[in-house]
Amino acid sequence: MRHATSIRVGPIGFRIGSDFAAPIAALRALYADYPKSTIAHFSVRLPASAPWRWLIRPAVAIEGDYMLPDAAPLPLAQGLLAAEMAMNLQVALGHRRHLLLHASCVERDGRALLMTGESGSGKSTLAALLGTRGWRFMGDEFVLIAPESGDAYAFPRAISLKNQAINVAERACPTERFGPRLIATPKGDIRHMVPPADAIARMDEPARPALLLFPTFGEQRDVRPVGAAEAFVRLTQASTNYTALGERGFRTLTDLVERVPARAIDYPDSDSAIALVETLWRDL
Amino acid sequence: MTAASLLARVLAEPDRAAGLDPTAWNALIAAARAEQLIGSLALRVDLAAVPPTVADVLHDARDAAIEQRRTALWEAEMTRRVLAPLGVPLVLLKGTAFVAAGLSAGQGRHIGDLDLLAPRGVLPAVEQALLEAGWAWAKPDAYDDDYYRRWMHELPPLIHRERDRMIDVHHTILPPTARPIPDADALIAGAVPLGNGLSVLAPADMVIHAALHLFADGDLAGGLRNLWDIDHLLRECADDDADFWLKLHARAAEHQASAYVARAARLSARLFGTPIPSAWNRPRMSDQLFARRLLARDDWGRETRPATRLAFYVRSHWIRMPPLLLARHLLIKARRRAADARAR
Amino acid sequence: MSATRLRAPPADAFLICELGGLFALFHRPSGMTHLLASPAPELLELLGERALTRHELLAALNARYEVTDAADDLLDARLDELIAVGLVHAV
Repeated sequence: MRHATSIRVGPIGFRIGSDFAAPIAALRALYADYPKSTIAHFSVRLPASAPWRWLIRPAVAIEGDYMLPDAAPLPLAQGLLAAEMAMNLQVALGHRRHLLLHASCVERDGRALLMTGESGSGKSTLAALLGTRGWRFMGDEFVLIAPESGDAYAFPRAISLKNQAINVAERACPTERFGPRLIATPKGDIRHMVPPADAIARMDEPARPALLLFPTFGEQRDVRPVGAAEAFVRLTQASTNYTALGERGFRTLTDLVERVPARAIDYPDSDSAIALVETLWRDL
Repeated sequence: MTAASLLARVLAEPDRAAGLDPTAWNALIAAARAEQLIGSLALRVDLAAVPPTVADVLHDARDAAIEQRRTALWEAEMTRRVLAPLGVPLVLLKGTAFVAAGLSAGQGRHIGDLDLLAPRGVLPAVEQALLEAGWAWAKPDAYDDDYYRRWMHELPPLIHRERDRMIDVHHTILPPTARPIPDADALIAGAVPLGNGLSVLAPADMVIHAALHLFADGDLAGGLRNLWDIDHLLRECADDDADFWLKLHARAAEHQASAYVARAARLSARLFGTPIPSAWNRPRMSDQLFARRLLARDDWGRETRPATRLAFYVRSHWIRMPPLLLARHLLIKARRRAADARAR
Repeated sequence: MSATRLRAPPADAFLICELGGLFALFHRPSGMTHLLASPAPELLELLGERALTRHELLAALNARYEVTDAADDLLDARLDELIAVGLVHAV
């Protein structure tokens, strides 16, 4: 392809190519501090969605080693989002070295806090905020559990902030680097934040899972213990490759839920969520 | 050289993998994934002798193939449990047959839908039994349904609601409108029982099916994998039976498939170095064109050579349907697209 | 009750992990995971040892596990679920 770059995020290397210069330049800027991968685990392609779309209302298709048949192209101005979606898709459908949990993750003292929930639960924002308050940010989309050790591995790609979370993060982390604001994408407004320097410098350091949270953005502050069976079922649903891993997936996940306490939390705003996390962490 | 040519070479001679640079590896992995041959590549290459990232990718591909094999065999077993009470012949086809019969062609192979062959007369009973046991139509569309029943060689595809797996039940191995007319009764009569109520095609019929599927039914998209199947089937069958090539020759004639099988053998020898008898190796001018089509894949995993691909696309419709039928089919498809566009 | 004999695969076809009173079960032939409540694991254990009719199975369940409140229709419902997912099959 005419324009290409490579990025390594944690244990996964990507090669990203496009017919257009702009998405590749934007990726290079956003991922300037990340290592490169000479051989990629996955190839991502962002071609013009149709030959004439090169010139008229240019749009990028979301393609790669793994593709969804009905993935709609995005306007060229949203190329960063197209790249993010395509990279996530490769990991979700292709990666098998680890059990993948659709979760955000932060680390302190070698121990990992995993947060998983629906889109809009705030797990991404919480991880981003904790990452600037004494925790190491390990990822806002996937956490990778090694089948042999049960350790959590980081996937600290650029943090994808949506809608109100953009303002929250801009206010709370004014010194961090942000990408361009992408207006009115299919997922609303999006702005990427470069994770703190230690998140990138220490991306290859695993951590021991110590607490599993299922956050929900709600009216009242609330904490509820989650049993191992419920955590197991929720995590099979939060995993994109549990089935694909077969027996290894079962052993890894049952081991995780037997070993790691789980809580469901409701929180009205991010400050009380952070206070709640600190309390739960102290009481472990 | 296209990335697909590189893929064919490394599959045929895996020692070549040791000399590849990172650019070549990126191209090889993308092409192998796009052609659904990454699992086969992973089994051919010595993982201790490749860069660590490549070893990661190929280990994952091996694991994926193991899980696909498990899923395919389970789907066959669940289907067997539903259809066994009918007491009718049930012949597994393609990937599931290869793994069920323990053939080398099944090792590392991508397996999608379950393909099953049964006598034409029992299809309504098979359909009914499947619908009662949790399968449903994959596409609720009257025209496609009618099209399948009248012109195709299979029931409209069914999907299991819980397991989310598709099944294609065929009564022969090519559409009835296609030029060659294989002898479906002979395919079923000659099938080899697996001992559990299911069977697989006899070795020569397996090769003939693979050759017809590749060259008489479709536009050769993803055809490199079918040719890789053919390479393995030819090698293994010839090892097991000294008279295999004679039997294949005679059987291909019975199924009106001689030219297709001969082309399959020649191209397999050309791309993968399959040992074939010298009498079979009389290249045709057109082999070059078929090879170009099969190797049309670039180092990002994209299809290349649009003119060649278009030629084979037109050919694929031509060979499956007589011209008048083709016109009717394309007209109905076009009308429906127009109606869809208006509705939007 | 039907005279058809039912069978489950031998114990080594499963990985079982107890999670707070429920049982996560990995079925090796299918690669599927099931979350089971009693008496489903007990049914699988009995039918893994030998083929039994539904009637014999109920008797065996009462004898070994003292599951005295296992009503016929409840047992039938559990068995039909196990058959539907392929853990139990008619022989």
